Amino acid sequence: MITTTKRRDIKGAFLEGATLTSALLIIAIIVIILFVIIKGGKGTLNWDFITKFPENGMTEGGIFPAIYGTALLVIIMSIAAVPFGTITAIYLTEYAKENSLIAKTIRFAIRTLAVVPSIIFGLFGLGFFIQFVGVGMDKAFLGGALKWGQPNILWASLTMALLTLPVVIVSVEEALRTIPRDLREASLALGATKWQTIRKVVIPGSFSGIMTGTILAVSRGAGEVAPILFTGAAYYIAQLPHSLSDQFMVLGYHVYIMSTQSANVDKTLPIQFATTLVLLILTFSLNLTAIIIRYRIRRKAVR
Amino acid sequence: MKKEKIHCENLYLYYGNKMALNNISISIPEKKVTALIGPSGCGKSTFLRTLNRMNDLIDHVKIEGEVYIDDINIYDKNIDVVNLRKFIGMVFQKSNPFAKSIFENVAYGPKINGISHKSELEGIVETALKNAAIWDEVKDRLHDSALGLSGGQQQRLCIARTLAVNPEIILMDEPASALDPISTSKIEELIVELKKDYTIVIVTHNMQQAARISDQTAFFYMGELIEYDKTKKIFTNPDIKQTEDYITGRFG
Repeated sequence: MITTTKRRDIKGAFLEGATLTSALLIIAIIVIILFVIIKGGKGTLNWDFITKFPENGMTEGGIFPAIYGTALLVIIMSIAAVPFGTITAIYLTEYAKENSLIAKTIRFAIRTLAVVPSIIFGLFGLGFFIQFVGVGMDKAFLGGALKWGQPNILWASLTMALLTLPVVIVSVEEALRTIPRDLREASLALGATKWQTIRKVVIPGSFSGIMTGTILAVSRGAGEVAPILFTGAAYYIAQLPHSLSDQFMVLGYHVYIMSTQSANVDKTLPIQFATTLVLLILTFSLNLTAIIIRYRIRRKAVR
Repeated sequence: MKKEKIHCENLYLYYGNKMALNNISISIPEKKVTALIGPSGCGKSTFLRTLNRMNDLIDHVKIEGEVYIDDINIYDKNIDVVNLRKFIGMVFQKSNPFAKSIFENVAYGPKINGISHKSELEGIVETALKNAAIWDEVKDRLHDSALGLSGGQQQRLCIARTLAVNPEIILMDEPASALDPISTSKIEELIVELKKDYTIVIVTHNMQQAARISDQTAFFYMGELIEYDKTKKIFTNPDIKQTEDYITGRFG
């Protein structure tokens, strides 16, 4: 029997509308967040704000030490995470047999590491780097004097490096896999050793992927607070860190402090917004750079 | 027949449990072109890759039997595979220049062999490019990216890259299959030229190509070497019916 399609049309239209609504909702949420933050922060964000120290019990002034601390944190973190992550990725793609027990175990560990809540990394950093390594170093080299056995920028950076390691490994692995088998074979057929092939063909070819991994790790690290809570972030310090054993201020933690611990929370509201805005601009631009580089790699891989 | 360069004896190769080469015994003469023909999956490329031990790189490959090059068994456990590959160049089906300049592509092999003197490298690169009949096309842009060359030029560059290491044998795995007719004929001319100095083993799907450029032809089918003889004989009067059927296009 021939029927009309009216019923089905109504159902279809309804479903399309529902899916579109939820998609638009996502956009709305982002727009609202950005709108609120920009509106609240733009009046305070200026050159002085990003270059000056906090003043008057952190109710006035700038956030320079937090920016500086964040930058230093991600730099030290990258120095630790990028080489380590790259080497692991090289092992996984170039040396380990695809389905060997060891490769599977490493991949499982990486996936697990990626989903561990960041506060756990903070606790791990406190227990391992500070209580175990730091206190051990003090006992061994300083006769028990307290220097390394307390929170500082080194331990915070290393803790953050552990957190971002999976990001680095996965990005670098993806980049290494875009180097065609043909090129590796061409190099080996010319009498190159495996290591020469990796060093001269594979790594140069995936350099931009290594960069992407680094940037993604940095942007992840720049926004995280939990791992550094116990391991090095300070409420307020009057000077910039000048040694690896110093504590430091950091943007994400600064927002938290300003909004919960400040002497005058209402008065610091514009500072909170402006600090959030700085953090957002920082992570957005880092992510954007990573996305652009990754897009270029993918396009190259397709070709 | 001239002096033999490569000699295989009872060579078997397995991918896991699957037999890919079944009891291959063959003698390949020096400074001649030997063509390997047969339908896809017949084992001809696999066989080619046993000659420079490229199959070593693939997991789960097991090889039995012997391959002698200049009377040395290259599957002997004391053989230095990296060093072996310097004597046996390889040109691949798809041209695969490195994402480096034309000069750096050709200089790659000499450099890994420890040659770092600039004028020496320049000499090697120039000679290799001339011998690969591409010098005139690239001499003014040696430091441009190799990826800017046409497919045919890239393939000749890959041949030059192989020549720069000064091998004695060149293995070619369907080197012209992805090229247009003009580029193909250039590669074929080059192969005929190169056999004066090198022993060449070439896998090809193109029967006319095998007939045009090779001195010896080996017909592979289902992992077995069915027939191996002078090219002229294989293409005019093969002993085995399967060979004849394949060559006349009745199957494959």
